[in-house]
Amino acid sequence: MALDDRFHNRDFKVVGNRVTRPDGIDKVTGRARFGADMTAPGMLIAKVLRSPHAHARINGIDTSKAEALPGVKAVVTYADFASAHAPDDDNLVNCMAKDKALYDGHAVAAVAAISTAVARKALKLIEVDYEVLPHVTDVDEAMKPDAPVLHEDAQDESVPAGTPKNVVRRYEFGHGDVDAGFAQADKVIERSFRTEAAHQGYIEPHACLASYGSDGRADLWCCTQGQYAVRAMCAGMLGMQASDLRVTASEIGGGFGGKTTVFIEPVALALSRKAGKPVKLVMERSEVFRASGPTASTSIDCKIGMTKDGRITAGRAELRYQGGAFPGSPVEFGAMSGFAPYDLENVQAIGWDVVTNRPKQAAYRAPGAPMAAYAVESVIDELCQELGLDPLEVRIRNCAHEGTLSPYGVTYPKIGLEETLKAVQSHPNWTAPLGPNQGRGVACGFWFNFGGNTCVSLNIDEDGTVSLSTGNPDIGGSRASMSQMCAEELGIPYDRVRCSIADTSLLGYNDVTDGSRVTFAVGLATIKAAQDAIKKMCGRAAAIWGIPEDAVEWEDGCAKPAGPNAGEHPPMSLAEIAAVSSQTGGPIAGHYECNADGAGVSFATHLVDVEIDPETGFTKVLRYLVAQDAGKAVNPDYVEGQFQGGAVQGIGWSLNEEYIYGEDGRLQNAGFLDYRIPVASDLPMIDTVIVEVPNPGHPYGVRGVGETSIVPPLAAISNAVSHAIGKRMTQIPMSPPRIVEALEG
Amino acid sequence: MVRVKIWGSLRTATGGAEEVEVEARTIRDMLNALAEAHPGLAPQIDRGVSVSVDGAIYRDSWLTPVEGAKEVVLLPRLAGG
Repeated sequence: MALDDRFHNRDFKVVGNRVTRPDGIDKVTGRARFGADMTAPGMLIAKVLRSPHAHARINGIDTSKAEALPGVKAVVTYADFASAHAPDDDNLVNCMAKDKALYDGHAVAAVAAISTAVARKALKLIEVDYEVLPHVTDVDEAMKPDAPVLHEDAQDESVPAGTPKNVVRRYEFGHGDVDAGFAQADKVIERSFRTEAAHQGYIEPHACLASYGSDGRADLWCCTQGQYAVRAMCAGMLGMQASDLRVTASEIGGGFGGKTTVFIEPVALALSRKAGKPVKLVMERSEVFRASGPTASTSIDCKIGMTKDGRITAGRAELRYQGGAFPGSPVEFGAMSGFAPYDLENVQAIGWDVVTNRPKQAAYRAPGAPMAAYAVESVIDELCQELGLDPLEVRIRNCAHEGTLSPYGVTYPKIGLEETLKAVQSHPNWTAPLGPNQGRGVACGFWFNFGGNTCVSLNIDEDGTVSLSTGNPDIGGSRASMSQMCAEELGIPYDRVRCSIADTSLLGYNDVTDGSRVTFAVGLATIKAAQDAIKKMCGRAAAIWGIPEDAVEWEDGCAKPAGPNAGEHPPMSLAEIAAVSSQTGGPIAGHYECNADGAGVSFATHLVDVEIDPETGFTKVLRYLVAQDAGKAVNPDYVEGQFQGGAVQGIGWSLNEEYIYGEDGRLQNAGFLDYRIPVASDLPMIDTVIVEVPNPGHPYGVRGVGETSIVPPLAAISNAVSHAIGKRMTQIPMSPPRIVEALEG
Repeated sequence: MVRVKIWGSLRTATGGAEEVEVEARTIRDMLNALAEAHPGLAPQIDRGVSVSVDGAIYRDSWLTPVEGAKEVVLLPRLAGG
C-alpha cells in the first residue's frame, strides 16, 4: 500500500469533530498528575541557591557548613557536573553557574535534604565569594562600546570586526533594492519601537523528581515539552548513556516554548546521584520568573514606503534582540518573519543578537516573530492612516500568495493569508460602531511551522480497540487529535482509540513539542502507523480467505475482498480481525518513524477594538477576532483554543506584562501580583474564524496552529490604542502609566 | 548542479553572491560542497541550518534529494515554541 504524504480531498468522519477531550475528567477532578505531584519512597527535597547579583565573578563556594547540617544529604555546584559535560555548554552553565553569575537568579549551588525547612536552612550556610561586576540589562546599552562585557569570546564570524563584544550574532535577509523602493513611494515612515521581555506565564512551575540508582541508571519525571530532549541534555551534562536515563513527561500546566529546555532537571539528577536517594525539585514562582526563560526584549527601527494608492514599495527593519546572558535570542526569526505576510519587491531586515545580564531566554510561541510584526504592522497602519487608506484593503492589496518570494528567500507554496484578511473583512466586528475613546486595530502575522523527528506506534487490542503511543507531551490537545486521525484512518469510532504519551524507553526520538509541529508531524506518523496496521490486517483477512493480500482493500473499518479474482467473502471488521489475531499470527501493531517535512507556513489576521480610560490609562479590550489558516482543523475546539490562547497572551504582553529591572540589575516584579497576566475577567470572548486552505504537504491538509496566533496581537492592539488616543504608541507593553504619559505628552 | 540561495549575512562567505552553484545529489552533499567551496559558510553549517527545497523546509534530512529542485534556500536552523 503506497504511503502518500500529499493532500487529497476526502469526506472526513471523525476529523473535524468536536470530540470529548481525553484528559478532561482527570484535569477537572484533580486526578491528573503534574510535575510536582510525583513522589517516591525516601524522597529528598531540593532547593537552589541563586545569585543575588546581576553580574559577579565567583571566586569560591564553601559548602562545608551546609553539608554538615543534620538532614542534608547532598550539595552540588558546577564542579559536580564538570567531569562529564561537554565544554562550554550554555545550557549547563545556565543551570549551574560556572565561574560567573550572569544574572539575578542564576543558580550557583543546590541542596537536597530531608525537608524543605532543612534545605532552606542549608542554603543560608553556603558561602559564596562573589566579586560584584558592572552589569547591563538593556539591549541598546549592552551594544555600546563601553558596556560591561559578559563573555570575551561569544561573538561569531557573522559580526563585523570591532563590534562591541555583547553583540554576538548578525543576520540579514531580503531582496531587491530598498533605497530604490523608497524612492518610488509617495510616503515613507520610519519609527523606532521597543518591546519588553514577557514570560511565557505558564501556571505550572517547573517541577521534577529524579531517582538515580546505584547501578548508574536513572528515572526522571518532569513537566516538559519534550522528554527526549530532556534525556539528551541531562545525559550529556551528567555523562550518562541515553538508555540509562528514562524520562517520563508529566501532565503539563502550560509551556508555550518555555519548557523546551532544562533548568532544574540535571540539578535534581546530580543531587540524586550524590545522595543515593530520589530528589524532588520544584521551582517557586519567583524562581520561575528570575531563572527560567522569558522571551527577548527588543529595540527595532522600521521604515516602510507606500504609494498613495496603497502599494508597499519597500520595507526595511533593523532588529536588536537581547536574549539574556547567552547567545541565542530569536532575532533571526524576527528578521525573517516581520515582512513575511507581504509580497514585496524590495525588502531588507537586519538582526543583531545581543547578550545582557538577564536570564537565558527560552522560546515563546513563534519566538521572535511578534516583536518584528509589531514594528512592521504598526508602520503599515500609520501609513494607511496618513494616506487615508483602508488598512484591510491595503493588506489585501499587498498580501503574499502562492508564488510570492518571501523575505527569507523561499517562494511560498499554497497559503491562506488573503482568506484570513477577507474573513475579517466580512465579519461583523469589522463594521461594529465605535464610541468615544475607542479605537480599532488590525494586523497580520506569520509563522513557519515545521515537522521533525517523530515515532509512533499503535497496537490493535484483542477487543478491537486501539492503544496509540506517541512521544510528545499533550500540550495543546494532541491526544484527542491523534486519536481522531487514528480513528479516521482505521475507520473506527473515536472512543475506541486511547492515546498515551510514551516515556523515552518506549519509542524512538521524538523532537520537542514546539514549532507547531505535533498535529502536523505526529499526525502524519499516526496516519502512516494506522496504514501500516491496516496493511497487516488486510494480510490476515487475505490469509483467512485464502486470497492474495493485494486482493483485499480497507474500507469503513473493514477488510473487504476487491478485484475480479477475490471471490465472495463477507467483510471482516477491525474488531473481528483483532479477535482472531492470536490464531492468525499474533498481535497486530502499526508503526511509523520519520523526520517529517512539508509543514505548511501559517498566517493570521487579528482585529481588535479597545476603549481607553483617559484618566487612568487603562485599556479595555472590547472585541477581539482571530482569523487564521489551520489547513484542516482536526479538532475545532482545540484549534479555536490555540487561536484564543495566543491572542490572550498577546493581549497580556501588549498591555501589562514586562520584566522590570532595577538599577541594581535585579528583577523587580518576580511574581504574578506585580507581573500582571490577563485573567478571564479582563477579557471579552475571543471570536475566531478557522480558515481552511489545505496544506499540500499533509494527507489531511493539516497546518500547525499553535504559534501564529501570538504574532499579530502586539501590533493589532497598539494600532487600536493609537487610534483611540490619537497618538502613535511605540513601546510594548502599553501599561496604564505609559498611556497616561502619551496622553499628557 | 544545484543553485543555492544564501541569506544576506552569509554572503560575505560567498564573495557577495546571493546564489552559488554546487554539485550535489542530496542535502548532505550540498552542505558538504558548500562548506568546501566556501569555507566561510562552514561555521554556520556546523552550528545548524535548515534547507528549503521547493518550498518544503528540512532541518535534518541529509538524504533529501536536491538534484533537479527548482528552488533551494539555505536558512537558519528553525526552532519554535
